[in-house]
Amino acid sequence: MRVMAQMSMVMNLDKCIGCHTCSVTCKQAWTNRSGTEYIWFNNVETRPGQGYPRGYEDQEKWKGGWELSASGRLKPKAGGRLTKLLQLFSNPKLPGIEDYYEPWTYEYDKLLNAPAQQQNIPTAPPKSLITGERTQIQWSGNWDDDLGGTYLHKDKDPMLKGIEDKVQFEFDQTFMFYLPRICEHCLNPTCVASCPSGAIYKREEDGIVLVDQDGCRGWRMCITGCPYKKIYFNHRTGKAEKCTFCYPRIEQGEPTVCAETCVGRLRYIGLVLYDADRVTEAASTRDEKELYRAQRDIILDPHDPEVIAGAKASGIPHDWLLAAQKSPTYKLIKDYEVALPLHPEYRTMPMVWYIPPLSPVVDVVRDTGYDAEDAENLFAAIDALRIPVEYLANLFTAGDVPTVERVLYRMAAMRSYMRDINLGNAPREGIANAVGMDGETMQEMYRLLAIAKYEDRYVIPVGHHESAHDLESTGTDCPLNAPGGPGMGMSLPEESLGMAGPGYATKRQQTTPDRPEGVRINLLNWDGRGRPDGLFPEPATGGA
Amino acid sequence: MNDTSTLDLLLWVVLPYMVLAVFVLGHVWRFRADRFGWTTRSSQIYESKLLSIGSPMFHFGIIGIFFGHVVGLGIPKSWTRFLGISDHVYHLMAVTVGLAAAVACVGGLMILLYRRRTNTRVFGATTVGDKIMYLLLTLVITFGVLATLVHTTIGDYDYREGVSIWFRQFWTLQPSTELMSQAPIFFQLHVLSALLLFAAWPFTRLVHVFAAPVGYLTRPYIVYRSKDPRRESERRGWEKVDF
Repeated sequence: MRVMAQMSMVMNLDKCIGCHTCSVTCKQAWTNRSGTEYIWFNNVETRPGQGYPRGYEDQEKWKGGWELSASGRLKPKAGGRLTKLLQLFSNPKLPGIEDYYEPWTYEYDKLLNAPAQQQNIPTAPPKSLITGERTQIQWSGNWDDDLGGTYLHKDKDPMLKGIEDKVQFEFDQTFMFYLPRICEHCLNPTCVASCPSGAIYKREEDGIVLVDQDGCRGWRMCITGCPYKKIYFNHRTGKAEKCTFCYPRIEQGEPTVCAETCVGRLRYIGLVLYDADRVTEAASTRDEKELYRAQRDIILDPHDPEVIAGAKASGIPHDWLLAAQKSPTYKLIKDYEVALPLHPEYRTMPMVWYIPPLSPVVDVVRDTGYDAEDAENLFAAIDALRIPVEYLANLFTAGDVPTVERVLYRMAAMRSYMRDINLGNAPREGIANAVGMDGETMQEMYRLLAIAKYEDRYVIPVGHHESAHDLESTGTDCPLNAPGGPGMGMSLPEESLGMAGPGYATKRQQTTPDRPEGVRINLLNWDGRGRPDGLFPEPATGGA
Repeated sequence: MNDTSTLDLLLWVVLPYMVLAVFVLGHVWRFRADRFGWTTRSSQIYESKLLSIGSPMFHFGIIGIFFGHVVGLGIPKSWTRFLGISDHVYHLMAVTVGLAAAVACVGGLMILLYRRRTNTRVFGATTVGDKIMYLLLTLVITFGVLATLVHTTIGDYDYREGVSIWFRQFWTLQPSTELMSQAPIFFQLHVLSALLLFAAWPFTRLVHVFAAPVGYLTRPYIVYRSKDPRRESERRGWEKVDF
């Protein structure tokens, strides 16, 4: 067992109102530069819908994620190392700008500089930000927001394959919800595996996946590799860019911008510990429908003494372990089992999880005149409403309907159980027991999901810089002086030249050099600790 | 050596060494000062159809031509004769393989140039440096093809007795000017334009040649890095699991 820490997020989809505040604040923070106009590290998709870029979930077309070879070995769906190198000069599975949208601005000058008394009302026609020419706006990041254009594009949602005949896109019968998406910061990321330059990496400390901008050479394989299409190509710099999980904020113990500004307060951020040695095994699970369980199983219980010992052994600081024990994401994934990964069938082990929305079901029950808070009614509706449930299963469990049903039962039971309490009735333990929980856990889950205090939603330990750098030596250590390095054992005249820094003095002190009396002391090399021989005259014996 | 003119000396001795210095130091400077700019600056996101034909044709063609040059310039006649390859067989091989590579390279370049000029998105992303690079590259390739066609295929100039020897002398620091000054005109132009291209190389997108990701073949798929470079894991990604 090799314990590693992973920063993870859970989004409670029932609470998302599709306001796009997360997308906008993220864009303001990260991608408001030339070349990143079309890049949305965070976007919010209306479901059913095509998503962004259009139809990205169709992996038969885009070849993202991993697949199992005939021998059961995991390999990138777009091909292994040799295939990638042979495709360097032209990536056959790269989305074009038209699969996103051609970014544009408006000729605002036309408004500002219109002469007074002009006969015609001035307009600001749209202008492409790529060619600089006037353009017709065809599509954008959320063109099909709120089911806009659904009649026209309904057959293009890859997740509707197989159930399209059952889905009646009549608006009085339809269901709809929002799906906010960021980079999944996967445990088994295909983007990292696809990068020929090795410029994309997973941070050991917190599992955040980042692109080394100085190492990226613009080979574009990561864009194909990522099945969520959350790696974007900056078309000005020619480099890959992706969601950073706002690592500068996370290192300070603050939530990501998207989470901080979320109006619905639906995002939860916390640490989970996982067994890095079992990632490949879990991702190689043959049955796609078992991948969710396999992924949940490699997430380790932070209260287990064996795990605690393992965490210590792999250098996870104690306060991080405490944070993992209090992690809201761990509770939602492992304790309450209501959070599900997005598209486990891609075998990337995504670490942004979702609580599927119950509201489509509740809406239907309410609209039919039944009591939408009643557990029996809701259970029956979940069973009866095959379409939303199958659709959710296609998103979150590789099509495994019972798992989604189980989660929805729990959400429905919580609704029902808490109504009794709020109305002053005696809580009915039977409701909780029916979904395999007890009343106390149900109330805990309610507090986390419904009350959702800031400090409960975000349990983020501050990053450890003191373990990253031996502060005493920072900036003064010569890398050649590492044990076994070429600088070892060489006597350099640094000290007598007054060139050695404070770190040098400490090392010298550790070897306690004998200074003959009367020698000159270089005060620049004295770090203020101790009393080097010869600094002061010998105290007179017996004197005060 | 008396008939060595100053111009010859400048063109075939001074200039090549100056270009070598610029090429090497330029890359060192670029790597130190502008690692962020060390990229292919791919335009595939703008246009994919023409690129998917032109780019592999050009690149595989030019890689073939590069290795052709390594053999043609680097290996003396005596060596191939020693291996039992007659000059005629050698010439036949060079011409057929070279012709295939040249067709791919020139065809690909033409497609890429057409694409760059006609696609407004791609043309909009073309820098002055790109234009200079394209001009020089086209000149080098054109003169190279002309030299081969006019002087060695139609004519009977044997570059292995001329230019190649000069090339090897260049690396042993003994270049003689006669071999180049007596070489046919298109060979001279090919070499001169190539020297200009090499001089411009470190300052254009051509640096991406030295980003060829050969290490990918032996690297583990998943890369971990620590915030602290000294704590970098010594283990190769995840462990192999038997199950």
